[in-house]
Amino acid sequence: MTASSKSLTKLLVAVLVIAGALYVAFYGATLFGRTIPGALDKQAGIKQGLDLRGGSIITYEAQTDTATDAEMATVVSMLRARLDKLGYTEATITRQGVKKVRIEIPDISNPEEAVKTIGQTAKLTFVDSDNKVILDGVDVKDARQQFGPLSQSGKSENFVELSFTPEGKTKFAEATARIAGLAQSNKNFIAIKLDENVQSQPSVKEKIDSDNCIISGNFTAKSAAALADLIRAGKLPFDLKDVELRSVGPTLGERAMQTSMYAGIVGVILILLFMLVMYRLPGLLADIALVAYIALVVGLLTIFRVNLSLPGIAGIILSIGMAVDANVIIFERMKEELALGKTVGASIDAGFNRAFASVFDSNVTALISAAVLLYFGTGPVKGFAITLGLGILTSMFTAIVITRFLLRQIVALNIRNPKLYRAGVKGGISNV
Amino acid sequence: MFDVIKNKWIFFNISIVLLLIGIISMIFVGFNQDIDFTGGTTMYVNIGAEFNNDDVNAVVTEAIGTKPSTIQKAGANNTEVVIKTHSLNTDERAKLFSAVQAKYNLPQEALLSADNVTATVGDELKWNSFWQVVMATLLILVYITFRFEFKSGVAAVIALVHDTIFVLGFYSIFRLPINTTFIAAILTITGYSIMDTIVIYDRIRENSRIMKKAPFSEIINKSIWQSATRSIYTPISALITIVVLYIVGVPAVKEFALPIGMGIIVGTYSSNFIASPLWDIFKGDKKAKTTA
Repeated sequence: MTASSKSLTKLLVAVLVIAGALYVAFYGATLFGRTIPGALDKQAGIKQGLDLRGGSIITYEAQTDTATDAEMATVVSMLRARLDKLGYTEATITRQGVKKVRIEIPDISNPEEAVKTIGQTAKLTFVDSDNKVILDGVDVKDARQQFGPLSQSGKSENFVELSFTPEGKTKFAEATARIAGLAQSNKNFIAIKLDENVQSQPSVKEKIDSDNCIISGNFTAKSAAALADLIRAGKLPFDLKDVELRSVGPTLGERAMQTSMYAGIVGVILILLFMLVMYRLPGLLADIALVAYIALVVGLLTIFRVNLSLPGIAGIILSIGMAVDANVIIFERMKEELALGKTVGASIDAGFNRAFASVFDSNVTALISAAVLLYFGTGPVKGFAITLGLGILTSMFTAIVITRFLLRQIVALNIRNPKLYRAGVKGGISNV
Repeated sequence: MFDVIKNKWIFFNISIVLLLIGIISMIFVGFNQDIDFTGGTTMYVNIGAEFNNDDVNAVVTEAIGTKPSTIQKAGANNTEVVIKTHSLNTDERAKLFSAVQAKYNLPQEALLSADNVTATVGDELKWNSFWQVVMATLLILVYITFRFEFKSGVAAVIALVHDTIFVLGFYSIFRLPINTTFIAAILTITGYSIMDTIVIYDRIRENSRIMKKAPFSEIINKSIWQSATRSIYTPISALITIVVLYIVGVPAVKEFALPIGMGIIVGTYSSNFIASPLWDIFKGDKKAKTTA
């Protein structure tokens, strides 16, 4: 094989690989029995933010001066239980700052109602088989998850330990004495309810006259901790207030997605044309590198399951516009070297070497801004920072590595007519 | 070849006048702060037909007992409305939407989006945003000092402040709403505009090594011209996508595209005509010494 046919093969393979990568990035593929999800895949594709698929973001704040970590953990458990109960199993809960909790609920039809129910003050009650209230939140002092043997010979297991206030102790002793007597009718149980939902229903075998009691059963460490949390939720010393609500209906989300995609496609086509007209052959290679860039960014967003929000899409589209910057800097240097009378090959090398510092420094400063946004920003601003940062890093790779590789193959193909490389040099203002 | 350094005061004066107008407006008129910063409720409703702002105003006023702060038409055919009020609680929001729903006979889906921010949260967001801009600027100053020299860093940061004040002034004069999205846009501008500056600085650094005997002003001038094609092409390609986004985008995207587009233009201007001549002034001497 001659050197030039080898280069032609490399070039064609590269173009095919990039075209294939672009297809796979968007539509996915199944190779050797393993499926790679595409970005457009509804389940495994790019995770769409709530502003694209529709949904609500609600921030609750504890109405108190300070809240302990334990109290906030209790709040999170309580909110989780309520969201699950309402069927919002896909909702996510994150603690924000000291006393705020942020809930994101996708596909919600009536956010206002959810805001009300979810943020209510929790009501804890212990009731008997006739739904008669035995005691409530104020009578419970604490609830903890514990691990250890319950009897001398028994194995260690997970359980919940309750402690009562003196008043609670009396009430509980009276009730257990009465309920233990109902064993024949299978009514000897106490239901622990939070917001009218039964969380646990331990049976009572004897009168319990003690300031603490134990709820045992088939608990795991996690389920015991969750129950303890919920019981504590019933005696939280503060209310929750919804301080921030962001709600996007599904219609608007869909429209935002469509128009942004459209803007992206039109913008990309215009940039491809621009580079082709301004730089001819190198422009074409930069275009191929730009396509590779798009495939890579989309692929990375899918793989890392980045939550793509509307500002995130804007960040990507902006980074496409910026991605050609490195190539513009490099090509301008190449043109200068060509104007000095160097060969095409030497000009390419000199162009890349000289432009590198410039490309590197300018990208690092842009990354600094992205990092600040990522670190200090909240919600959608964070999403924007992630895509912008990802875009900057990827574009440096494609503009430097891929474009250079493609240019080398072209030179080896003996396409050395400088005219193909220096369009516009004649009247070019860079030709000083 | 046009001598940028010799004519620097033309550009300085243009900038000083424009920035002064902006600053005066910021002091005396202030900003149209969006609910992110002041606290408030925004409801975006698809009416589906032409409507009269006064009618909506009347309906809202009756439903919540106070006048809305703004009623604004939106959408391609102006058949959608953005209603902004002081911060409403859940019941008040429900009441407001039901009233609009009843008036125009709308389904539940007509509520395109609803946002509510309480005043305390707004205050936090505002300060958080302010510190983000300060942090980013300081870090960039440190990086430039490390890669070039402190004087060039100061010149670059002044150009950044120039860009920020310009965009802020524009928003103040035209009463455009500023919110967290806007702050993100400002930070993007900071990152983008500094790229332009660095590309020219890099050329100055390189030329300083070659043209040891030449005056610094000549080196700068040459560097600006050598980077000129790039200074035009890159903003054009970035603007292409931004303009398309602005034309077809939903309101949330437009809010983002406008300041970034402005920032791209003013950033290119300041890199060439503010940051570079300033470095020359700070450098002071006419003979180029060693540039790191």
